[in-house]
Amino acid sequence: MKTNRTPFVIRFFAATGCKGWLAIGFFSLLTFVLVPAAHLMLPADHALHVSDYAITLIGKVMCYAIVAVAMDLIWGFAGILSLGHGLFFALGGYAFGMYLMRSIGLDGVYKSHLTDFMVFLDWKEYPWYWTGTEHFLYAVFLVLVIPASLAFVFGYFAFRSRIKGVYFAIISQALTFAFMLLFFRNATGFGGNNGFTDFKRILGYSITAPEMRVTLFALSAFMLMFTLILGRYLMQSKFGRILTAIRDAEMRVMFLGYNPLWYKLFIWTVSAMLCAIAGALYVPQVGIINPSEMSTANSIEIAIWTAVGGRGTLVGPVIGAFLVNLSKSWFTVAFPEYWLFFLGLLFVVVTLLLPQGMVGLWQKLRHRSMR
Amino acid sequence: MFLKIRIKMLSNFSRIVFLLPFFLIVFSLPAYAALDPEIVKQLNAETNEEKVASIKNIALLGTPEAAALLQAMADDALSFSGDTIIRMEGDRAINVATGQEIKPLPENIETLVTNNSTRRALNASLSLLKLFSPDREERIKAAKALEASADALSMPILDQVLIKESDPEIKQIITLTRASIELKNPDPAKRLAAVKSLGESNHPDVKIKLTELTDPANEPDAGVQSAAKESLASLENRLLVGESISRVFTGLSLGSVLLLAALGLAITYGVMGIINMAHGELLMVGAYATYVMQGIFRTHFPEYIDWYVLAAIPVAFFSAGLVGILLERTVIRWLYGRPLETLLTTWGLSLILIQSARVAFGPQNLEVANPIWLSGSIEAMSNVVLPLNRIIIIGFAFFVLALMWVLLNRTRLGLFVRAVTQNRAMAGCVGVPTARIDTVAFGLGSAIAGLGGVALSQIANVGPDMGQGYIVDAFMTVVLGGVGQLAGAVWAAMGLGIVTKLIEGVAGAVIAKIVVLAIIIAIIQKRPQGLFAIKGRFVD
Amino acid sequence: MSDTSVNMAHGMGENLSEPIKNNSILQLSNITVSFDGFRALNDLTLTFQVNELRCIIGPNGAGKTTMMDVITGKTRADSGTVFFNQTIDLSNLSEPEIARVGIGRKFQKPTIFENHTVFENLELAMKVDKRVRHSLFAVVDDLTRDRISDTLRLIHLGEHTEQVAGRLSHGQKQWLEIGMLLMQEPQLLLLDEPVAGMTDDETERTGELFNSLKGKQSLVVVEHDMAFVEQLKSNVIVLHEGSVLCEGDLATVQANPKVIEVYLGR
Ligand SMILES: Nc1ncnc2c1ncn2[C@@H]1O[C@H](COP(=O)(O)OP(=O)(O)O)[C@@H](O)[C@H]1O
Ligand SMILES: [Mg+2]
Repeated sequence: MKTNRTPFVIRFFAATGCKGWLAIGFFSLLTFVLVPAAHLMLPADHALHVSDYAITLIGKVMCYAIVAVAMDLIWGFAGILSLGHGLFFALGGYAFGMYLMRSIGLDGVYKSHLTDFMVFLDWKEYPWYWTGTEHFLYAVFLVLVIPASLAFVFGYFAFRSRIKGVYFAIISQALTFAFMLLFFRNATGFGGNNGFTDFKRILGYSITAPEMRVTLFALSAFMLMFTLILGRYLMQSKFGRILTAIRDAEMRVMFLGYNPLWYKLFIWTVSAMLCAIAGALYVPQVGIINPSEMSTANSIEIAIWTAVGGRGTLVGPVIGAFLVNLSKSWFTVAFPEYWLFFLGLLFVVVTLLLPQGMVGLWQKLRHRSMR
Repeated sequence: MFLKIRIKMLSNFSRIVFLLPFFLIVFSLPAYAALDPEIVKQLNAETNEEKVASIKNIALLGTPEAAALLQAMADDALSFSGDTIIRMEGDRAINVATGQEIKPLPENIETLVTNNSTRRALNASLSLLKLFSPDREERIKAAKALEASADALSMPILDQVLIKESDPEIKQIITLTRASIELKNPDPAKRLAAVKSLGESNHPDVKIKLTELTDPANEPDAGVQSAAKESLASLENRLLVGESISRVFTGLSLGSVLLLAALGLAITYGVMGIINMAHGELLMVGAYATYVMQGIFRTHFPEYIDWYVLAAIPVAFFSAGLVGILLERTVIRWLYGRPLETLLTTWGLSLILIQSARVAFGPQNLEVANPIWLSGSIEAMSNVVLPLNRIIIIGFAFFVLALMWVLLNRTRLGLFVRAVTQNRAMAGCVGVPTARIDTVAFGLGSAIAGLGGVALSQIANVGPDMGQGYIVDAFMTVVLGGVGQLAGAVWAAMGLGIVTKLIEGVAGAVIAKIVVLAIIIAIIQKRPQGLFAIKGRFVD
Repeated sequence: MSDTSVNMAHGMGENLSEPIKNNSILQLSNITVSFDGFRALNDLTLTFQVNELRCIIGPNGAGKTTMMDVITGKTRADSGTVFFNQTIDLSNLSEPEIARVGIGRKFQKPTIFENHTVFENLELAMKVDKRVRHSLFAVVDDLTRDRISDTLRLIHLGEHTEQVAGRLSHGQKQWLEIGMLLMQEPQLLLLDEPVAGMTDDETERTGELFNSLKGKQSLVVVEHDMAFVEQLKSNVIVLHEGSVLCEGDLATVQANPKVIEVYLGR
């Protein structure tokens, strides 16, 4: 039995049980040692060589998995379906993208200290909100703070007036839509349609170097594991129990003296922040960010990753993100015509037949076989 | 040169004034009014200058005969024999000055040839003569055409029109046209009078002219300058009014589109609690149905092509309704009471519908043409042009609204739908077939979306992605209007439309969208159940 | 992250027409609530004393639940005042704030956390710091366990500690909700039809529980079950069309011709 004396750090990590740590250990071995080694050391024609494509794809999907877990924290546990997570993801990407654009330096097409699109638009200097973005740490700070602040302010007003359920989903979707339009404008100062691309280096190291690719890959894996550990702690804490209680009977929670506003706002902001970090890791790996990341379709797709895996569980969303995105990569190469049919059917089948997702299915099957 | 012509014209003018009583009598008679043979003769004068002067003089007569004569000359239908100008009718020769047949047929008839400079004069004169046409529409058109192009040479004609014209609207236009010519008059007093009367104008071009006169570089006289400033101010004021009217109109037009999209949602979401993300695709079904009808009419009934839109209305209604019923029967009925799941499922359905449209019709936007009665526009003021298709769509939106109101409030089906809405269990107990009602209601909501699609096909692109653009706005409308409220949906749609367009005028489209969103969120702060929701007991 | 602090309104001087009852825990004065013109509460004035048990009866639609809604902040009164402990103006407080000043409420329809265990339900209800920060670091300690097992005994759910609350019977759910209220340690308990759906046996045991609380806490019980009201032996208030029809012990009230008319119809 734990007492109050147990230091917080220990409690934090102890929340993830033995099995969990075993899985994390295995995953770390894979992502920190085996895959990097197979990529860097094995020759390209070796059977076990992991290609550039595979590394980038898996790295990207791990970022998506972080987003899916973040979505699960707010949707699965607090019952709030957000259609704005694509926005936080993209904002994180843009915030870090500003640093990546600045570190192109004079190597752009126009050999200017300004970014190419600014030269193209005939701008003479950086707008004020670009100030300081050439510093890596400041960019990281922006990634952590900007999307989270937006989420906090929006969430405060939405939750305060008790907007929930579909109302919240629709309003958050509208917010995302408005931001997409904003970022599509050239005058907004983020490259309009084309967004940011042509990155060259991070902290002086070439962004295309295999070592950099492996580093970003490992960082994404690390962030994914951290997200899961954090999620596990939050959900087994009293906070998590209150959150699920709000999901199930908000009135009762209020009449017990808890103000749901702050609980929702906390998890909502944390969730947005995780999305932003995922976005910041995603952009250097895929090498581009543009406003279409903020489209409605993207945000709703995030929800389906979570639903496919099984919401209300933590591994579920990770599984869902991998399943959906790997099939997307396969379909768009093999049968591009049919991808939307498949995705559409997935939405229908999962909500209709598999409300608990893959994890729920697995549990049901195991339950049956044990009898 | 310039002065010489002026003087000549003035003398002609005094003659016309002199003859005016005579004209008035002549106009009322069906008989042929003779033309002065001296003037007519000049049509075949030696020099081009004389010919042109003669054309102008004839034009100044402003009679139907003058018009007919000049038209005949423009059509190269005139001949001459000696000094007499003749028009041949078959083998009869008519003296154009008197209208009498010349007997016996004169000899050596030669064709009267026109060259470039006489042609130019003829065309200008013919269009001036339209000012005297018996058809009021034609006179207005001619007056408006002159408004922008008139120069000092037209002055005498304008004066004559002012005397003869009885229609106040045409008089007004002509007065203003005169004034803007007078702006160039060397006499400051004349300019001052002109500037003052131009304060009444609505024409955007006048604004430019007046602006020039406020600049000392163009206008030496200080009095004229300050009068120009005043007139400019009042003109700008009126232009602003016109602009605002256009804005409000485009706002209404956007509002009616939102309303068409939102009305169907008002049933499926407002009444049944289903978040139908595929609603936009049901609009798309309606629009594609219109496209298909257009194709059918083109190949099978080309003579009735103008009416394909009317035929498309029922087709779109039933095809979208059918798709809706299909969706409800197979998928949505399993999801009642789980709104968030419905949202995701219907999103999936929308992806399937979009991709199906892409496979069936191709990914590009299709061309759907406005029939004649939907093209063109009405000019309400000189700077307010209202496109017909948009006016008709506003009307159509209210027609659909009325239809829905009747269906919901005056039919048995509507009674059942309302019963199921208010208390599903109780309605079931008293024998309302709730499952069937759900299907029919959903089908109805979808069918109404199909009608919206017909309207959209007339003003927007028809393509696989067309529905996606409306869904956010349509939901905003329903959310703002309050769930289950037809009246709320109307106010919200029109309000959103107008506010969006007004802000758009000031700040651009994107900012307008963002501001509107902020306003909606602010309103929902105060009235979480929507603007028009009835204060009631809600299930938490 | 904390709610705005509780507003204190000092003195009751403005309410001179009312005799000042120093012992009142809750005072409703001239409360009116209307829904679209329909008056659910009509100039209702009521006073509840400290540590007293009061029953409220009245036909359906009399406004009993609405009255509780007004007290707990769920519905705002159109006019009138509600004072708690004579100084706290409840009309300025949000629902959670009202709960924290010491008013617990049981809903007409049992409302518990169906996906949580009985233990967790009680744990969440316990009177502790209710802010996010606390909840993030809170640990279930011995004190909590002891409090919970005491309550479990009171509500006869000792054997179901780890059971998911959704699986309880209707009566057990009612008890769990009452247990949660007790964990809140409120000064005033509002109970909306607490024995609806209970077996006779359960009803009687509930009555015993309430009787044992008498004198320790203030209770307001809304009930239809006359036998149960009889068992509580308390003063009864009859509510009708949003205002008080009459007041007294059960026998007097039942003999009142107006009450008979209201209950038997016109
Ligand atoms: N939110 C509301 N909206 C509309 N009417 C309401 C609302 N709340 C209560 N009412 C009406 O007020 C009256 C009193 O209701 P209620 O307080 O629940 O009665 P009781 O609990 O005494 O049976 C009823 O007629 C009810 O329909
Ligand atoms: Mg009640």
